[in-house]
Amino acid sequence: MAIELHPLDQFKIEPLIPIHIGGVDASFTNSALLMCITVALASLIVIWGSRGRALVPTRWQSLAEMSYEFIAGMIDDNVGHEGRDYFPFVFTLFMFILIGNLLGLIPYGYTFTGQIIVTFAMAAVVFIGVTIIGIAKHGWHFLSFFVPHGVPFVLLLLLVPIEVLSYIIRPFTLSIRLFANMMAGHTMLAIFAGFVAPLLLAAGAIKAFAVVPLGVDILLIFLELLVAALQAYVFTILTCLYLRDAIHLH
Amino acid sequence: MDLASAKMIGAGLACIALVGAGIGIGNVFAALINSLARNPAAQVTPFAFLGFALAEATGLFGLAIAFLILFVF
Repeated sequence: MAIELHPLDQFKIEPLIPIHIGGVDASFTNSALLMCITVALASLIVIWGSRGRALVPTRWQSLAEMSYEFIAGMIDDNVGHEGRDYFPFVFTLFMFILIGNLLGLIPYGYTFTGQIIVTFAMAAVVFIGVTIIGIAKHGWHFLSFFVPHGVPFVLLLLLVPIEVLSYIIRPFTLSIRLFANMMAGHTMLAIFAGFVAPLLLAAGAIKAFAVVPLGVDILLIFLELLVAALQAYVFTILTCLYLRDAIHLH
Repeated sequence: MDLASAKMIGAGLACIALVGAGIGIGNVFAALINSLARNPAAQVTPFAFLGFALAEATGLFGLAIAFLILFVF
């Protein structure tokens, strides 16, 4: 007897409530359900946490305060004081990705950050928003961002296209980094989990070796916890760095 | 060569990308230990983890390609 396990099945989008509007499939899917839960959880943490406003914070309140101060500190360090205007967006982005990543680690859950379309949509919002902020703040002067200082004219012919390319490529690297981390990690978990069942079905003493992939999976879960938090941090800090580029131009 | 074996070889080749990620992550943490040993008060750990995540991502691009070859096409 063979057990058919497909490691990428966990990323399959399944419609829970089918909705079709004029030939467009707008079904409420498991991905959408997890995003709703994420938004609800993030709101709950912040609203429930700021309910008491005690001088000595309760556990909920210190959770909300810690996440607030973490992002506020990150913006102050990386963007400067002007960056505080964009605090709500950066905070929302961080909480959404962090809680989405962590919810994906629950067995039988779903990782919507493992979908390229979700991460690319977020990265595209960051890219377009940052470009608009840069143009609104500096006008035509924004184009000087692509011209490095103190470089001979001949080298500029080479460097300006590279700078433009590295600017345009930003949303792609930003989205693929998060997506690939989530997808590779969860696929690896599924592959090692897939080794357990065939080993248990094997004859004789080979059964005992099923412990090995199980142990690897347990260690991988810890790595994935680290990666889930780290990738949310990386996505937000890169957003902050892009914001700084747009506000200060180098 | 038939398609199935070509896929296996291709997936194996794509995993070579992980060599770079391994070297990069090793470099990041070697530098972190070096700097903390020289100056324990240095506030460099957040940057080290940022570097770790960026280095790891490049290797995962290759791993993602390997998974795509194996399981999607």
